[in-house]
Amino acid sequence: MTTTNAAASAATALRSGLGPAREHPWTTAGALAAVAVALLPLAYLAVRSADVGGARLAAEILTPRVALLTARSLALAGLVGVLCVGLGLGLALLVTRTRVPFRRTLAVLAALPLAVPSYVAAYAWVAVADLWSGSRFDGFWAAVVVLTLYTYPYVYLPVAAALVGADPGPEEVARSLGRTPAETFREVTLPRLRPALVSGFLLAALYVLSDFGAVSILRVDTFTRAIFTALSSGFDRVGALGLSNVLVLLSLGLLLLGADRSRGRTRYARSSGARPPGRVRLGRATAPALIGAGGVLALALGVPGAALGRWLAAGASRPGAASEIAAAAAASLGVSLLGALLTTALALPLGLLVARTPTPAVLLLERAAYLAHSLPGVVVGLSLVFFGVNVAYPLYQSVWLLAVAYAALFLPLAVGAIAAAAGQATAGVEDAARSLGATPGAVFRRLTLPLAAPGIGAGAALVLLACLKELPATLLLRPTGMDTLATRVWSHTAVEAYAGAAPYAALVVLLAAGPTWALVHGSGLIGRTHP
Amino acid sequence: MIHTTRGAVLALLASALLLTGCSAAPAAAPTNGRPDPGATAAPGASDNRVILYSGRAESLIQPLLADFTAQTGITVEVRYAGTAELAAQLVEEGARTPAHLFLAQDAGALGVLTKQQLTTTMPDSITRLVPARYRDDAGRWVGVTGRSRVLAYDSRALTPAQLPASVFDLTKPEWKGKVGIAPTNASFQSFVTAMRVLHGDAKTAEFLAALKANDPQLRERNGVIVGDIEAGAYPLGLVNHYYLFEKAKELGRDPGTLHTRLSFFGAGDVGALVNISGVALTRNQPDADAQALVEHLLSPAGQAYFAEKTFEYPLVAGVAGPAGVPALGELKGPDVDLNDLDALQRSIELIKDAGLA
Repeated sequence: MTTTNAAASAATALRSGLGPAREHPWTTAGALAAVAVALLPLAYLAVRSADVGGARLAAEILTPRVALLTARSLALAGLVGVLCVGLGLGLALLVTRTRVPFRRTLAVLAALPLAVPSYVAAYAWVAVADLWSGSRFDGFWAAVVVLTLYTYPYVYLPVAAALVGADPGPEEVARSLGRTPAETFREVTLPRLRPALVSGFLLAALYVLSDFGAVSILRVDTFTRAIFTALSSGFDRVGALGLSNVLVLLSLGLLLLGADRSRGRTRYARSSGARPPGRVRLGRATAPALIGAGGVLALALGVPGAALGRWLAAGASRPGAASEIAAAAAASLGVSLLGALLTTALALPLGLLVARTPTPAVLLLERAAYLAHSLPGVVVGLSLVFFGVNVAYPLYQSVWLLAVAYAALFLPLAVGAIAAAAGQATAGVEDAARSLGATPGAVFRRLTLPLAAPGIGAGAALVLLACLKELPATLLLRPTGMDTLATRVWSHTAVEAYAGAAPYAALVVLLAAGPTWALVHGSGLIGRTHP
Repeated sequence: MIHTTRGAVLALLASALLLTGCSAAPAAAPTNGRPDPGATAAPGASDNRVILYSGRAESLIQPLLADFTAQTGITVEVRYAGTAELAAQLVEEGARTPAHLFLAQDAGALGVLTKQQLTTTMPDSITRLVPARYRDDAGRWVGVTGRSRVLAYDSRALTPAQLPASVFDLTKPEWKGKVGIAPTNASFQSFVTAMRVLHGDAKTAEFLAALKANDPQLRERNGVIVGDIEAGAYPLGLVNHYYLFEKAKELGRDPGTLHTRLSFFGAGDVGALVNISGVALTRNQPDADAQALVEHLLSPAGQAYFAEKTFEYPLVAGVAGPAGVPALGELKGPDVDLNDLDALQRSIELIKDAGLA
């Protein structure tokens, strides 16, 4: 009771600085709690850095190697981010604004690469490339290809949703006033897509900074790989700490860069839903467009499919009994659902604040929630080990602390989705309800929540997807003796038993396809009438 | 509408907990006292339950643990992860670790725990089972199996007579671009540490630089190198001896039918270092069950299991070694104190400086 009172009064105290008086103190308190969870890894880094001391850390950081790692990591993140924007935008336009054949099928398939974990994708590409040529598929450009193919849905999904939801009116006006389609796109459509494009770019770039699976298998020396190497080959915690600190600074830089561009001051009206946006006939461009999009999807989905099939056929190792596979699938689903629920619950107040009262203080909170997103899972995992052992021992090695780790890792995914959806519900409606005598609680239940519901669903689906694929933090924090599909893939590939790993990898993709389908369906891409 | 939403959330939460077989309690409560660092384990109480952190893969150790449970009735709860990640986790957990013992892939990780005073000394009755060179001199960890560094080669491309006599010869121009190594792997790093112990840092740095200049094939893992050699991608690789047998098992073939063969450097060459996988008791003691598990790993049946199933060298006298490789006593590896292999830090620096990691 004392704690709740304290939280409420702290929230009230902060409220004046955070937003207009109409925000309920609990919303503010909830947002602060969410940011606190997201900042747990940074607190751990700070504590450990203080243990080590500035001089030793500086000696570790200020080296030519770290400069090289910085340049390479930024180049990879930037390049993949830009390519994701190109690919995501192109595919989104194709499935929402053209009459390309198989439009709905393409719309669904284009989101599916998100269901493939990067470590599965990278193994698959190496295996398939080995069949074609003697030289190994690896290095910087290989990583660019693989990471782009499996990260672009972070751009595609929000952009496609924005394109479906946008009111077609302004574009029609521009066309009727004599603008060419290209001019209309540049001057009317593109500015409206900017928030979705920038947040998609940020998520993709931060993901690339944090990814370990692809860069380790394709042997690109980035920060994440160097952090893992420091920890795993040298038990070199000082080195890992120094590198993690630099990685946080890099993501800070990226976020500051994105902050200027992400949220335009202007808000755009959604379509009333009465009219779908116009779709152009592609004419002679049909075949190239279809071949281009089909080719990308065939590579992104076909290569892992082929590799999994080959592992199954060629290897003698076998997975465990059906009961073991079922147990791993149930565990994956269980911890991921728990993680998605917790993360979404934490993200809701922050997402609402961001959408409705985007004061500088609120936007600062939002950026803080993104800050740890570039940290590799092993660092977040170790920070939660530290937190669990020293602060929350009764939760240590329980599914609850694992769910907290998922929240720390994936909060931005849910915050972004909720903020985007809630932004379309104007606060005016709520003021009207309140002036008509509805209690704040009733307004929240009967107006705010239903209006934000699509975003909440999308955020939960994105987090669920990410949790299903997560490996390093799961290995460190799962209850002793519990195995998920991801840890089974890891334990089999660790002893070269690829055939044994294949069913687990396939199941990860299959299960992750569920939330992916929900994302596509929920965004109205395949014909659902949107609100 | 609201009620359905709430109902749905509750149902989801319930199913999440059901699916994970959730228990809010941690795997184990902290032990009451903090034993003195370096305290010898007194014969403790048994609660028929032991928690093991295993850096060894489940498929390689699980059958042996099942035997243990069948014979003793003691349940083993195992946490599988990489040896290094578990060492980092154990260091982070400190005295509050729920684990009773740690099974590590290499002596280096055990050395880290020893340095941080996170182990409990084992009784003589256990440590004396293993020859002195394969255990900690103060009994803070004990080797379970031995693994030899070898030169794997493609028998289609090379005859035994053409192979280099010493690991130092791999820097010669004739092997340019032809040698697979896994410099970020603990097994390679232990080898580098052994080289430093035997030949000094300067000569080691020189070797690594020359190796790098000779355009080696850098891989993440030993298993990948064996696969590459079998596929004919390049003819030589520095690996541990058992990877060949693991590869044969995955391919479902007899090791003798593979193109890849093993060559053991002789005459005390550091390229034939014999490292160990080993076990340490954490400070979460005394636990009679943990000691019983260590005794099981070192029992004749346990040691025979490793020889037959994981192709590693048993360390306890009187147990036959794996088929297809020279006996442990016949190996002419370097004379290195494994306790010296915990000084990994400098080795990593040298490997980094040479541009190999």
